[in-house]
Amino acid sequence: MDFETVIGLEIHVELSTRSKMFCGCSTEFESAPNQNTCPVCLGLPGTLPVLNREAIILAVKAGLALNCSINRKSKMARKNYFYPDLPKAYQITQNELPICSGGYVEFDCEGRHCKARINRVHIEEDAGKLIHLEDQPCSLVDYNRAGIPLIEIVTEPDIRSPLEAVSFLRTLKAILEYCEISDCRMEQGSLRCDANISVRPKGQKGFNTKVELKNMNSFRELQKALETEEKRQRELYLAGEEYRIIQETRRWDAAKGRTIPMRSKEEAREYRYFPEPDLLPVTIQEDVIKRIKETIPELPAQKLSRFVGEYKLNQSEAEVLVSDKALSEFFESTVKEGAHPKTAANWVLGDLLRILNEKKISAKNIPVKPSSLCQLIGLIEKGVISNTAGKEVFRELFESGKSPEEIIEDKGLSQISSEDVLIRLVRQVIEENPESVASFRKGKTQAAGYLVGQVMKASRGKANPKMVKELVDKELAGL
Amino acid sequence: MSIGCMSAEGIRKGIADGKFSAEEITVQYLERIKSKDSEIGAFITICEEESIKQARTVDNKRKKGEPLGRLAGVPIAIKDNICTNGIRTTCASKMLEDFIPPYNATVVDRLIMEDAVILGKTNMDEFGMGSSNENSAFKITRNPRDTGRVPGGSSGGSAAAVAADMVPASLGSDTGGSIRQPAAFCGVVGLKPTYGLVSRFGLIAFGSSLDTIGPFSKTVRDCAILLDVIQGGDGKDSTSHTGHYEKDYIHCMDGTVEGLKICVPEEFFNEGLDREIFQLVKKSAEILKDLGAKVEEVSMPVISQSLPAFYIISSAEASSNLGRYDGIRYGYRPEEYENLDDLIEKSRTEAFGDEVKRRIMFGTCVLTSGYYEEYYVGALKIRRILCDQFDELFSKYDIILGPVSPVLPFKIGESPKNPIDRYLADIYTATANLAGIPAISVPCGFSSEGLPVGLQMMGPRFGEKRILQAAYALEQALQLKL
Repeated sequence: MDFETVIGLEIHVELSTRSKMFCGCSTEFESAPNQNTCPVCLGLPGTLPVLNREAIILAVKAGLALNCSINRKSKMARKNYFYPDLPKAYQITQNELPICSGGYVEFDCEGRHCKARINRVHIEEDAGKLIHLEDQPCSLVDYNRAGIPLIEIVTEPDIRSPLEAVSFLRTLKAILEYCEISDCRMEQGSLRCDANISVRPKGQKGFNTKVELKNMNSFRELQKALETEEKRQRELYLAGEEYRIIQETRRWDAAKGRTIPMRSKEEAREYRYFPEPDLLPVTIQEDVIKRIKETIPELPAQKLSRFVGEYKLNQSEAEVLVSDKALSEFFESTVKEGAHPKTAANWVLGDLLRILNEKKISAKNIPVKPSSLCQLIGLIEKGVISNTAGKEVFRELFESGKSPEEIIEDKGLSQISSEDVLIRLVRQVIEENPESVASFRKGKTQAAGYLVGQVMKASRGKANPKMVKELVDKELAGL
Repeated sequence: MSIGCMSAEGIRKGIADGKFSAEEITVQYLERIKSKDSEIGAFITICEEESIKQARTVDNKRKKGEPLGRLAGVPIAIKDNICTNGIRTTCASKMLEDFIPPYNATVVDRLIMEDAVILGKTNMDEFGMGSSNENSAFKITRNPRDTGRVPGGSSGGSAAAVAADMVPASLGSDTGGSIRQPAAFCGVVGLKPTYGLVSRFGLIAFGSSLDTIGPFSKTVRDCAILLDVIQGGDGKDSTSHTGHYEKDYIHCMDGTVEGLKICVPEEFFNEGLDREIFQLVKKSAEILKDLGAKVEEVSMPVISQSLPAFYIISSAEASSNLGRYDGIRYGYRPEEYENLDDLIEKSRTEAFGDEVKRRIMFGTCVLTSGYYEEYYVGALKIRRILCDQFDELFSKYDIILGPVSPVLPFKIGESPKNPIDRYLADIYTATANLAGIPAISVPCGFSSEGLPVGLQMMGPRFGEKRILQAAYALEQALQLKL
């Protein structure tokens, strides 16, 4: 039987505001436990929330970037449940009237063009974090995260494979990063993705029972979790045991590589949503939306086609560059400094990415100036240094604040292009290698190559190889 | 000098004129509390050291010739659900018995800014839920007019403290009548302001869309002075009003009501109303008429549905607001517990009183899917209609007049046994909270047994000026010996 998989995603994204959603506390990730807390985000009695304007602006920006319509009036609501990481015993979120509704994201998956509709984007506050101690019968709570503004992005069930889900999420992440809505760090939890998945025979119109998956902390885990659940459901259908697929929430266990039931629909929590009486409805004026629209930069898809068209890069090169806004900007700045696009792309996608990976530096923090890379490329093209030496200089640029010329100078890497110096070296090598000269005379032309190599060696790689070759040929011919 | 007949206004003037010091006043009131409160039980916490320190600060200011605040040296009591920095704030609940807030409510900051002296924190029904102060986890409060009777509630301690001359003025909170009903029972003035006029920051929430903070005092002028100090927009409360409103209360209080249009809804005079209260309220309406106001009878049928709507909305919000008391971060925590669920369950079972539990359960129920539409949404609809009908009435009238409580102060231990009957205490007051409009309770006479009776006057949103004007005129005309 041919199956079709149906996936919908719910993505939580921490907004990159400086302060929390309802108080002035910092949103810094690295702070000591409970350092970023105050009576408001700790939910002490008598305190009241005051909405962070910046969070609204970022949520609207996200909605616009995801082609949503922005609701001129939306409402905050309370979602009530008991858990120690939720200091007020309710989360301030949106229910009936979200800030953005109806949108879509276009993305590519294995060369196919896909589109997933967005149902809604709403704003809400994050909860704190429980830390379970291994040896002791108690848990600790860190409220630094409590009250950090989030948006929840809910897609329609438009995604048809685990790989598509990953492609969608990568595209979404790039859009959010481009708009500086979030730093989208899955490993730090600033981008979290839950998935609803069901399978059905191909051609069937209606949806089968769906299962919600939680706790996927990377793209790879998302894909693996979905593939595992897809397989589990397909096998149950094939075995005629589809009744065993029940509407439930399952937790992905990365270590065990399987999904584990968390709670069924019957056990689903009763959240007792109702309008938040401490906050007025969120109203957004037309001119505010217009102003936010103007702050949306060129998005990844547009940039991709521009890079292919303007810089004649191939699709896969452009895709890698564009997947990271900072990387694409570094590349483009290097080109604007005067470097040839193709050469610049080779450097960025080759040596630069390699060193960034090695040193675990994000593209946002590249310590090298695009102008330096451009100069370096120029120096290689002019023959001042060899390509090999160029790689060494580039690596050095990460360490020191010096210019390429200074590094070349310090390390004595500049190419020897002086004919006087080179001819002396060539003559010396010819003298020292009479047997090679002899075999050249006997017609073994590769002997000339050997001599060139010896000259390069004698110059410790600094000799201009093109000139050396010419001089060796000339000397041999003249003998 | 007898503090018994001193108004806040008089105290401020006496201190400013150097007749007595703020410290002398504070010490006298503290002594009065010491001798009187063992009988009344109005206070949960007395701030002896802090108040004397604050009084000395005021005296120093005067000595140095610095300008004095509008409440310089005036001793004030604060209901114990209003947060005071460094002073425990209990809500009269075992749950918060040892809770010391690290912040002041905005109203407390504003009082201190005007050099008031906080004398103590007053008893109340636990979390504001009740109409007799019998729901306090700590002790009952007695009505100073007849110590065998309740002072009303939930701000019973604040009302009794003023009535017993233990402070010239106090703050209470009103979610469904909790300022006005105890003011009526104790024979003092109590004002529930327009929702949004006074910041709620630091008021421990009961029903967030209904809660208001307001003053108790002996005189209408003091009430206006206190309101003037505590009112005004606040960046810490998004629901506080930042726009324009009428501030000049004192100047319109000239004893006249000439041209004021007053209406009396017939629904306020139903069969449940005590005969003596009925007569005193009607008499007050006549007096206002004689003073030059236009008084007319009207009908406002939705009033009869407002009490159920009030209980649904207030309990729903309370069930959510009180969720945070889980024994984890602060407040009561049981000695022993098995696991997380047990900790939360035991904390709440052991530390909440019966009335609080009843409302949490009721509120939880009306928000649960399956009931939400019928009860909660239904209540919101009634609230909307009520607001519309008030708007309609206030397009024609300045003031709506009626009783505060259907009954006279009842004897301690004689609250109706059935909760539904107890809830009838709010029947005339809860409407103002649902509509967010201001309402004052002003003494209008005594029953044959000598028990005080209050008159209620409601105004349109931010219409405090007119109800204070009429209340003052009535006060002057009646000249009651309070």
